[in-house]
Amino acid sequence: MSSIDYNEKIPNNVNLAEDRALKRALEHWQPNYLDWWQDMGPEESQDMEVYLRTAISVDKEGWAQFGHVRMPDYRWGIFLNPAKEDRKIHFGDHKGEDAWQSVPGEYRANLRRIIVTQGDTEPASVEQQRHLGLTAPSLYDLRNLFQVNVEEGRHLWAMVYLLHKYFGRDGREEGEALLERRSGEEDNPRILQAFNEKTPDWLAFYMFTYFTDRDGKYQLHALSESSFDPLARTTRFMLTEEAHHMFVGETGVSRVIERTCDVMNQLKTDDVATLRNAGVIDLPTIQRYLNFHFSVTVDLFGADESSNAAIYYSTGLKGRYAEGKRKDDHVLKNDSYPVLELRDGKLVEKQVPMLNALNEVLRDDYIREAASGVKRWNRVIEKAGLPFRLQVPHKGFHRKIGALAGTSIAPDGTVITEQQWEAKRDQWLPSAEDRAFVSSLMGRCVEPGKFANWIAPPALGINGQPVDFDYVRFN
Amino acid sequence: MTDPVDYRTDPSRYRHWQLTFDGPVATLHADFDEDGGLRPGYKLKLNSYDLGVDIELNDALNRIRFEHPEVGCVVITSNKERIFCSGANIFMLGLSSHAWKVNFCKFTNETRNGMEDSSRHDGLKFLAAINGACAGGGYELALACDEILLVDDRSSSVSLPEVPLLGVLPGTGGLTRVTDKRHVRHDLADIFCTTTEGVRGQRAKDWRLVDDIAKPAAFDDTVREHALALAAAGIPSTTTSGVELAPIERRAEADALHYSTLRIEMDRAARTATFVIGAPEGEQPTEPGAIEAAGADWYALRLARDLDDAILTMRTNELDLGTWILRTEGDANAVLAMDATLLAHRDHWFVRETIGFLRRSLQRLDVSSRSLFALIDEGSCFAGTLLELALACDRSYHLALPDEPDAAPTLVVGDANFELYPMVTGESRLERRFYHEQAALDAVRAAIGQPLDADASLELGLVTSNPDDLDWEDEVRIALEERVALSPDALTGMEANLRFNGRETMLSRIFGRLTAWQNWIFQRPNAVGEQGALKVYGSGDKARFDWDRV
Repeated sequence: MSSIDYNEKIPNNVNLAEDRALKRALEHWQPNYLDWWQDMGPEESQDMEVYLRTAISVDKEGWAQFGHVRMPDYRWGIFLNPAKEDRKIHFGDHKGEDAWQSVPGEYRANLRRIIVTQGDTEPASVEQQRHLGLTAPSLYDLRNLFQVNVEEGRHLWAMVYLLHKYFGRDGREEGEALLERRSGEEDNPRILQAFNEKTPDWLAFYMFTYFTDRDGKYQLHALSESSFDPLARTTRFMLTEEAHHMFVGETGVSRVIERTCDVMNQLKTDDVATLRNAGVIDLPTIQRYLNFHFSVTVDLFGADESSNAAIYYSTGLKGRYAEGKRKDDHVLKNDSYPVLELRDGKLVEKQVPMLNALNEVLRDDYIREAASGVKRWNRVIEKAGLPFRLQVPHKGFHRKIGALAGTSIAPDGTVITEQQWEAKRDQWLPSAEDRAFVSSLMGRCVEPGKFANWIAPPALGINGQPVDFDYVRFN
Repeated sequence: MTDPVDYRTDPSRYRHWQLTFDGPVATLHADFDEDGGLRPGYKLKLNSYDLGVDIELNDALNRIRFEHPEVGCVVITSNKERIFCSGANIFMLGLSSHAWKVNFCKFTNETRNGMEDSSRHDGLKFLAAINGACAGGGYELALACDEILLVDDRSSSVSLPEVPLLGVLPGTGGLTRVTDKRHVRHDLADIFCTTTEGVRGQRAKDWRLVDDIAKPAAFDDTVREHALALAAAGIPSTTTSGVELAPIERRAEADALHYSTLRIEMDRAARTATFVIGAPEGEQPTEPGAIEAAGADWYALRLARDLDDAILTMRTNELDLGTWILRTEGDANAVLAMDATLLAHRDHWFVRETIGFLRRSLQRLDVSSRSLFALIDEGSCFAGTLLELALACDRSYHLALPDEPDAAPTLVVGDANFELYPMVTGESRLERRFYHEQAALDAVRAAIGQPLDADASLELGLVTSNPDDLDWEDEVRIALEERVALSPDALTGMEANLRFNGRETMLSRIFGRLTAWQNWIFQRPNAVGEQGALKVYGSGDKARFDWDRV
């Protein structure tokens, strides 16, 4: 009774047409997914034709097919990176054994939890961003937003595929639940707190895609090492798409900075009120946004000492970033790693067993990479001949998870009192006034080639198209 | 040697619980201090608990019972975000000796059973308001409540992950309450108890794991509604002012503990401890007003609290004193007068709660893994409530003085022995003693109020032996020396079997059947060997099992 031509409608490389169990699951799930997209996808976007990239296969030609499509007609596909023959598990207690092609019953619960937690972030971010289309600063940016959205949607598909294919009835129920939770809804929230926060404006969107999507990248990298081969191959392919999201974030922030610096030079001032009057976002406000998104994202890596992290690694469910390139025994039983704790009012390093510190290891890897982008933003300011420099806050700043949760640490790492922290709060994190100001700048700018006053145009268009291309057509 | 454990505390010293009151509803907020472990080496993360947390809980429950008679329902909930309670701290268990684990579990069991005891006898109801993840011992605490409410936020679940995660059982009542109390079908219970992630939302309700679910926005109101309904269904109390539980007075010496109603003398060479319990002295209040005015100073309440603290202290801190000798001294009539007051005013809230405290303290004695011998000798006053101590013992020796009948020590049975202090099996110790046989019980009942000398009490079957003054010293000495030489493990098992000899209830099953299994599993290499599940938990190492079924 199938009404779907699977290979046409759902591009895939998992032999969907022949897989009865998977078809049964998807037949039920796909209409619910489309309903979810109608309800919770980008607002008022259903009739727009958007210049989108669609993956129809995993090879060079197929993974990035461009063309104008209506988003509800977007062909969300299911792709795994090609299998590596004889892939072996390369870390943990099962090192050297064949990678698993099906879920070992023993690890069912943990694997399911990992996949569900990852999967839940994908629709969550679409929900968080659903109002942004109404205030896009340009067609180019609107298109990028939608590209990010449809691909988050596809990443949800990828996780749901794993649940449907490998976790039976449980997996189908979890697949449904992924469509039922709602970001920020008190009664029905998304699993991770950062994904229940609002993405209220475009600066927050760029920061989110730069910082928080990068957390996604690191998580996906760690999962792409998994002994559960379908998970490894799925996440590997997701990473090719994730790169664009971070590009949107990095260039977005960079263009905001560029525009601000332009105006600062034009008006020869760094006076916040003057700049705000001129309709650009002052650099200290950008710093505060950065502080917020960085600290919230750093929390997403979890507790600095974690038995789950140890178990996930040893049982082979989740590796480290670039596990295959690391030169150690990949078992880590006898190693240790420093984590920070507050002792007698001072931040001190404490050595803990490496296995328990793997969240911290991933967090530190992440921080290194996140900081490099901030350096590139500073180059924009430097090039404009201005002395201001953005700083990456200390990793203990504004933490809500882990040993440093609830401590009062300044962005420079100084330990202070709670009172001092509260007094400085609005200098370090976006105040209500900052948010109101940024939000006052947000207005829709959708004439091809035009850009809102607070952001510079990009250097290049998408897929070799000019910057003034009609990336989105309104019908 | 590590510091001895002190079970005495008060709200100003709590590190883990916050206690708030609102009319007939008291709320216990779990907010365990990570750095507040009783012993070094572990952190109480995610609202996981150790003995110290449970000591506060036990104290808090007593404060509610006595200091807040207006309370009809206790809500147990959490102040931590998205975590209700994750159960006993696993790293603590991994570091603990077997004896520590068993003592901890026993006390934990007693506290939870005490909640059900208060619900059944004294109309104090309990509501678990599960507002976040609830695992293992956290769910066992909820199971001890009259009702369980679970927040339906699509992530909070109840779970008993002991078997799959730790290779042990949910041993503080988990398995037994899931079946006996909540009547979860056994195959669903099988899934529940082998699933680490637990069950949430509607399914938890469908499986009877919780009574109701509520969305986060409606949760607080639903909790309040249920709590008020529970409070209204309990024993109504018009009293608003309670009795403050002043600190228990205790003076410790190297080999002795002194309380106002009893003392303990320890003979470390002999590996015995002698409890000497005193009778009330001087004028005692007999009317509710005067009793309430006496408050925590009232002898009956002092006795209950002293005895409770003494049992807990000796059980935790004096492991090798394996035989407890119970003696009494004072005026039997004073004890009987106290019993008359207890019986006359048993419906008065304060008297009822005091009887409840005595009942639970005596129940602690029943489940203490110590040999219990009563010595009924000169100057003793084993009458009524204090006779209950002798009836709780494994053996009792009653001194006969054939040449001085007037001076012969006697015991006196009272109504209290039939009515006030049921064991956890729901039967009196006399019924337990005589297997509910009517003839024997009738004979004892006929002797109520009469001082019974050694021959008479032996005749009625109330004591084990009636040595005369010529035999007494040797017979008692030899019996004790013989006893202390036996395997302590075998004795613990044997005594528990003989003390709980007939009727079983859920509570006796929790103590007997479940803890026996648990304590077996706790000893096995599959749990506590170098690669045992409990030992390697959290390290990232995988447990290695010996696959042979035993």
